[in-house]
Order: sequence, then structure tokens, then C-alpha cells
Amino acid sequence: MKEKPDVLQGTLALMVLKTLDILGPQHGYGIARRVEQISGDLLAVNQGTLYPLLLKLEHEGSIASEWGASENNRRARFYRLTATGRKQLQVEARDWKQTAAIIARFFDVKAEDMP
Amino acid sequence: MKFLRRFFIRLSNFTAGRRADQRVREEMAEHLALQTEENLHAGMSPAEARRQAALKLGVAQAIREHHNAEQCLPLAENFLLDLRYAVRMLRRSPGFSLIAIATMALGVGATTAIYSVIDATLLHPLPYPNPSELVRIEDDLSAVGAQDVSVSVPEWRDLENSGIFQYVALDYFNSVNLTGSAQPTRIAMKGVTPNYFAMLRVGAQLGRTFDPGDKTPGVSPEVVISDGLWKRAFGADPRILGKTLRLDNDVYHVVGVMPPGFRDQGKTSEERNTELWVAGGFAAVPFPPPLRNSRFGTAFARLKPGLPVASAQAHIDALVVSLKKQYPADYPAQAAWTVRLIPLSETVVGNVRQSLILLFGAVGLVLLISCVNVANLLLARASARGREMAMRQALGAARTRLIRQLLTESLLLFVLGGIAGFAVLFCARKFLLQFVPESLPHLNDISISWGVLAFAIVVSVAAGTIFGLAPAWLMSRLDLNTTLRQEGRGSNGSRQRSRLRHALVIGELALSLVLMIAAGLLLRSFWDLFKVPLGFNPSRVMAIETWLPVPNDPKTDIYSTATQESVLLREVLRRNRTLPGVEEAAVGDRAALPLGHGKDDLNTFPLIREGQDVQGSQPPLIDTSIVSPEYFHLLGMTLLRGRLFVDQDLEDTPSIAVINQAAARTYWPDQDPVGKRVRLRAAKPDWTTIVGVIADARTESLADAGIPQVYLDIYQRQAKDLAFFLRGQVDPSAISSQVRTQIQAVDAELPVFRAETLDDVLSSSLSVRRFSMEMVALFAGTALLLAGLGIYGTISFLVNEQSREIAIRFALGAQRRDILRMVLRRGLTLAGAGAGVGLAGALIVSHLMTGLLYGVSPNDVSTFAGVTVVLTSVALAASYIPALSAMRLDPITTLHSE
Repeated sequence: MKEKPDVLQGTLALMVLKTLDILGPQHGYGIARRVEQISGDLLAVNQGTLYPLLLKLEHEGSIASEWGASENNRRARFYRLTATGRKQLQVEARDWKQTAAIIARFFDVKAEDMP
Repeated sequence: MKFLRRFFIRLSNFTAGRRADQRVREEMAEHLALQTEENLHAGMSPAEARRQAALKLGVAQAIREHHNAEQCLPLAENFLLDLRYAVRMLRRSPGFSLIAIATMALGVGATTAIYSVIDATLLHPLPYPNPSELVRIEDDLSAVGAQDVSVSVPEWRDLENSGIFQYVALDYFNSVNLTGSAQPTRIAMKGVTPNYFAMLRVGAQLGRTFDPGDKTPGVSPEVVISDGLWKRAFGADPRILGKTLRLDNDVYHVVGVMPPGFRDQGKTSEERNTELWVAGGFAAVPFPPPLRNSRFGTAFARLKPGLPVASAQAHIDALVVSLKKQYPADYPAQAAWTVRLIPLSETVVGNVRQSLILLFGAVGLVLLISCVNVANLLLARASARGREMAMRQALGAARTRLIRQLLTESLLLFVLGGIAGFAVLFCARKFLLQFVPESLPHLNDISISWGVLAFAIVVSVAAGTIFGLAPAWLMSRLDLNTTLRQEGRGSNGSRQRSRLRHALVIGELALSLVLMIAAGLLLRSFWDLFKVPLGFNPSRVMAIETWLPVPNDPKTDIYSTATQESVLLREVLRRNRTLPGVEEAAVGDRAALPLGHGKDDLNTFPLIREGQDVQGSQPPLIDTSIVSPEYFHLLGMTLLRGRLFVDQDLEDTPSIAVINQAAARTYWPDQDPVGKRVRLRAAKPDWTTIVGVIADARTESLADAGIPQVYLDIYQRQAKDLAFFLRGQVDPSAISSQVRTQIQAVDAELPVFRAETLDDVLSSSLSVRRFSMEMVALFAGTALLLAGLGIYGTISFLVNEQSREIAIRFALGAQRRDILRMVLRRGLTLAGAGAGVGLAGALIVSHLMTGLLYGVSPNDVSTFAGVTVVLTSVALAASYIPALSAMRLDPITTLHSE
């Protein structure tokens, strides 16, 4: 069986931000689950690495967290996007799209296209 | 931005000790619970569901560690851990720690002490704003070998108008008598142009300084006084402004008091301690008429902001060329008149720069040796801790982590040593300052400041990093298997480690050899200077000074002619001869005080020889002293030809002079100078006849016997700065007041000051030399001690490491003698290698310090050989002790114990 590719360093943060942007406040397990789902279960999130990352994002001010009740009424830490985080997400999304577009052009190029 | 925010939150978490461990545990528990639930939904058995959930989450401990690292600053945290561990290690081996710390305290303390002197003298020599703009302007007549011949008033005006200076000021250093209070006192005084303080950019603490726009051509009646004089003579009177003072019989009023920290600039410490300033235009009475060839002021200037000295010099060179064209009579081509701009900071430091740099170099070597010694100790301990390091590595410590930990340990030792050294220095500063010679510029400014503390800490951290890194590097580089098996069981230790230790000891020995040779050469020079035949006899001679007033109005001068003055002098001499113990008495000007005068006291006149030097050509300059007839006999100077002064030589009899042999040799080679006529100073029309030649005496400089001198009769040529010489069995503590009573019985307004024996004058003329010699000798002794300790440590370590081998040799029938020889050979090899390297280094260093040597060649064989022998014997003695213990080794217990 082919192993699922690990999440690229640095892209996980972007995925987390986007997940929180779409779905609103989530707890850690929720975020991990969603990231896997959205990737169509193609990515394996080493779920543990998520928690240090969440703390880092919180220190950077992109997200905020507070205790709340989970769906089965247990205490859970909920993360939400802050205004700074939203701005950061927009910037990074645009950068990614640009990068992806450039790479795509390189893959599409053929010898006869060159002058 | 983001990064900074994250850093500060982590920093605050770290300092507050905030942990998020509880939070991540709870989150993980919740995570597991949710995952397990989902797995159960997917149809797993409860046990399998939990197992899969845990697998998916990952290693809980690792997550917690990562989380914690994100919460805080792991580097800082590790550093604290290392530090705590280092403190424990330090306390576990107190002997080792104490030696290491004391060694570093010695090195850093000595270096910091010398640095504090250099900081005050070389680095911050000028306590004025924007010191880099200040220059001293020196006129040279290079063709006649005359340097710094002062500036005339027209030249000063030209400089002012050159457009490259903010201010150009003139000054001349002098003394005045302050009378009117209980005791007339002599005060160091400077006559300056009114822009002097504006040029230095220093204001008064009380009142004002001179108005730079003041156009008084002669002397203005305003004085500015120093804070010291204000407190001493006027009891810090707050209403001092406007009060009148009588200085040399002239009346002035006080307009300002300088701030307490203000120190004047100048080449001598006397000049820097000026206490009174008088302003003038230098162009009318009492000054001579402002002619181009009448030079008497020293010029200083503040350059326009941002103008480098080099381009200012180019401007001046152009100005000099055009002035020479404009005034060809005043600047004849054969005089080669030039004007030099010298940064003021350089002129203030003067000749001590070389000595200070030598001292700093010497103390740097001591620091280096102490660092090497501590590094050596660390390496020795490294062997003992090999097992510990191997164990740590086996348990998963990364190499960088081990290096960081070891480095923390050595840094702690070095920094503690540095702090200890600084603390000792700080406590002993008053005591140590006594040893600094008074002639050192800015002695009063030497302080143990924050800058000096910063220096001490930077030096110890740098030393700790450099000298801690190599042992740490070697210690962390282990072959785990062999180390764990062998270390501590009489192995040979790591090859590299012992090679490094040997290199360190060799380096140490070489450095101390360099220092010892430097000290040896300085000692030889000092001794030669001390033992040099003086040509005069200073023993049992006292010199006591006084100062005759020079009022601005010649009519009020009661000593305006030599005849008037001779009445006073003869009477004072007569009275002095009656004092108890006095056998002989003479009088002269300050320039006649052997070795006791600064450059400012020299009277240098152009020597115009009849028939040889025609009017208008540039005659040579000669040092002139004015003395009474008894002077030569009192100082034991021998007459070689002709006669000396006699009582019948008076102001109205023909003018006569006595010269020394050097002058005869230089100016009348192969001729008899007796009977030749000269004119000193072109303005005086009468000829002076040379009547006698005396033998050379080192009255100008101990190091130079052949300085031409001319002596004039004080009853024919006046002097205002007087020194009375008394020979006999006098009581130095009482003589000053006895002479004062006698002088003031003749004239109650004369001050009497500075009673010194000539022996003291002689020894203080050697003070800077003695200081640097003593310091270098002290450093060399320290270095030798440290090097001895270093070689002792290395050899005993070797013996310890090889005790098994030695035991086996014994068991196989080796004699004690063989073992002794084996160990001593080790020590000798090291000493030989160290001496070889050291001799090469010492040759370089001794040539660099040629300027500080006297009478001894920089490759003096006896010094080099003697020092090498001393070093080798110390090395042998140091290896003898461990050799003895090797000899007494009991093979049975040694072999059994392992």
C-alpha cells in the first residue's frame, strides 16, 4: 500500500486557518478531522503535531482559544480565527494561488511554445 | 511582527513560569475520547478503538514536549538547566573551581586595571565636546632642527582668517604670585586669547568665561579661576564674582569659576592643573610688539565641523607657501618654516603612549596565560569526566547539547573569575593608584567606571567562549564503546586531548618567556640608567623654589634689573648659609634644576656665533640656564678649561657665559671656544664672551649625555623662576619653612614652594620608566608562576594517567632512577619546545620595544640566556614533584586497585 503523503511543513497552518474560516470555532480533534476530510483522506495529519502548531498560531495572534463544551458536553478547547488571522489567510491564499499558477504554467510549457 | 509577538509571549511565559501542560493533557484526553467514539461507531471493539485512537494521535510525551517548547523558550530553559548543573559541578570540586576562578580573577583583574588607565589616558584624553575637532598647531623650523617653536601674533591672525577653523587660540603657561591672603602663593597660570574657552567649548560653573569678541590688545583685567583654587583660597565663596585679586602686583577681578571636573589641556601634568586664566590680545604691553619673528604662544584650534585634519593640513600648507612669498624676510628659505596640525588628543598623551601599550601587551599575555591555564585544567577534568560524557551520549544527548552544557560550565568559571577580579580591583583601587606615577597624564581621571566593568565582562565572556570551546569540543567527541570500557581505568586518554594539553603548556611557557625577556630588558635599561655616571652630585642637595613677580606695568616692578634682583639674591643666599646644616648655597632658574624641569621651563635661545652666523641666517637653538657662581661647585660639576663665574662679574661688566663640552664639541669643533663671542637672542646687541667649558652632565636627560648647554650669570642676566640649591646635612621636613622665613624676611610677598631633594627629583624623573618596568616584572613573575603551575598540572596528570604503565615498568624491573628520568624528560621536552617558540616571539617583541630600552641591545644575549635558564629550571622543578610521586609508586597497590 502506498503511504499517504505527510503534510508539507508550513501548509498545515494554512489548512488550519482555512478550516476555521469556513467552519467557525472548532476544537483540536474537529480541526484534525476536517483537514483529513477536506483532503479527501489523502493526507495523514500526524494529529499530535497539531497542538503545538495551534499554540504557535495563537502566540502569533492569528487564532484565539477558550474553553467550551464539546458536542457530547465535555470540556474542550475551541479555536477561532481572529481578524489578524483572517487577513493573514487572505494574503497567504493569494500567494499560494500565484505560486500554484506559476508552477502550473511550467508544467504546461512545451518546446514549441518557446520563441 | 508576528515573530516578535510570538517571542514576547514566550518570553513572558518563560519568566513567569507559565506552563500549558495541563491544557495540552486535557486537550489530548478529549481528542482521544472523540477519536475512540468515532472508532466505536465504525464498529471496532472498545479495546481496538482505544488502541487505534492512541496510534493516530502519536506519542503523548513527545507532543507534550513540543507543546511546552512552543509555550516557552527552550534555549533559555536549557541554559538555566545547564547553569544549575554547572553550579553543582562547581561546588562538587571546590578546589578545582577555586583555582580556575582565582587564575581568571588574576588575568581579568590585571587586564582591567591596565585598561582603566588606558581608558582614561589614551581613549578619552580630552574632556571637551567634539574632541576630534581640536588640533594643536606647531611651527617647525626644520632646517635648524627646531620643532614646535611657538606661533607669532601675525601668524595667529593669518590662521584665524584662513577660514578652516572655528576658533584659533593662543596660550602660554606661566606662574603668578597670588598675594593679599595670609601666605603668598604661587599659582599655575595660563595667559590665553579671549576665545580660549569658546574653542574648548567649556563654560563656567559660576559667572562666565572670557568673551571671545574681546579686543583688548594687552592684558584684560579679568581672571577665570579653577574650582580647586576657588575652594582652597576663597572657601568656595559664592560672592566671588567681581572680587579683586593681586597677581604679580597687578589687580584683576574674578569673572568666572570653572566647573569641578574641568581640566586644562597641556603636555605636562603641571599645565593640565592650571588654576587661573588671564585673557589678552598678545599684541600690546606687556607683550612684545606683534612681529612675525617674535614667537611665544602655543596655538590651538577647533576645526570647522566635519573637516578632516588631513584636508585642513593641505589648506595650511598652501597658506604657508603664500606667506613665505609675501614675507620673504621673515621666512627665509634656509629656515624651512612649516606648520603642522596635530590632533590635540595625541599631544596630550605624549610619550607615555608607548609605555602604556607595552603594559597592555604584557597584561594581555598574562590574561592569555591564565586562560590557557584554565583551559588546561578543564581538559584535565575532561579526562576524569569521560565516562559521564559517554553515558550522556549513550542516553541520547546530542553532541551540540553536550558542547552547550560544557561551554556553560566553562563560561560560568570564566565569568565568575572576571567578576571576582573586578571586585578585587574595585576594592583595592585606592591602594593601587598610589603606584601610578604622578607624571602620568590624567591620573585624576582614572576611575573604575561602568565602561571598565563592561570591559571586564566582555573579556571574560570572550575568553570563556574561546578557551572553553576547544575542551568542550574534544570532550564531546568520544568513541562511546572504547570510552565506556576504558575511561577511568588507566587508559592513555584521548590522544588529541593530550596533544592539545601539550600545545597549551608549550604556548604558556613561550608566552611567559616573552614576558620575562621583556621584563629583563626593561630591568637592565632601568638599572643602566640608574647607574649611569651623572656628571653631577645630587646627594644631600635640596632645591627650593620661588617666583619673582612680573607685573604688567614695568614701573611697579622692583626687580626690573639684574642689579636690583642681585640685592635680593645675595641677601637670601647669605641668610640661607646660616641655616643649620647648610654648607653651600646657590641659586639658578628652573631650567638649572637638574632633571626636574619640564619642556616649558627650558629657555631655548638662538645661538649666534661671532663670525660664523651672520644676521638673518638661522642660528642653532641652545638650552640656556641662568645660575649664580656657586652653582657649579655645589653640584660638583668640573671645569675643563677657562674659568667659572666670579663675584666680580656684574651687570655692568662684560657679559660672560660658560658652556658644556657638548656645546664646545658641536659648535666649535677643533677649536678652543674660550674667548669666542656669541649673541643669545638676536634682539640683544651686546656680545657675550665664553669664559669656560665644563664637563658634560646629564642634567637635561638621564638617557642623553651630550645635550649642548650654555650657562649665564644670574647677576648679569635676570631670572624670575628661581630655585635655591642648598647642600648639607639639612632636615628636609623643616628646611622648607626655614627657607621661607629667610626669603620672606627679605621680601614678604614672595611665595616659597616645592622643596625637594635632588635625589627625589632624580627618582621621579624615572617614575614612568620605573612604573612600567615594575609592572612588566610583576606580570612576568605572575606568568612564570602560572606557567609553572601549568607544567606541574600537566606532568602530574600524565603520571596519574600512566600510573599503570609505571607500575608495570617497576614490576618488570625498572629502577626508580629510570622512572624519574622518564618523567623529567617529559617536562624538559615541554620546556624546551616552549623556550624555542618563546625565544622567537621574544626577539620580535624586544625589537618592537627598542624605543623603551636604554643601553641594552634588543637581542641582549645574557638576558635571553638567563631568562631561558630560569624558565627551564622552573619547569624542571615543577615536574620534579610529580616525578617524585611517580618514583614512590607502589606497583602492587596500583595494579591491584584497577
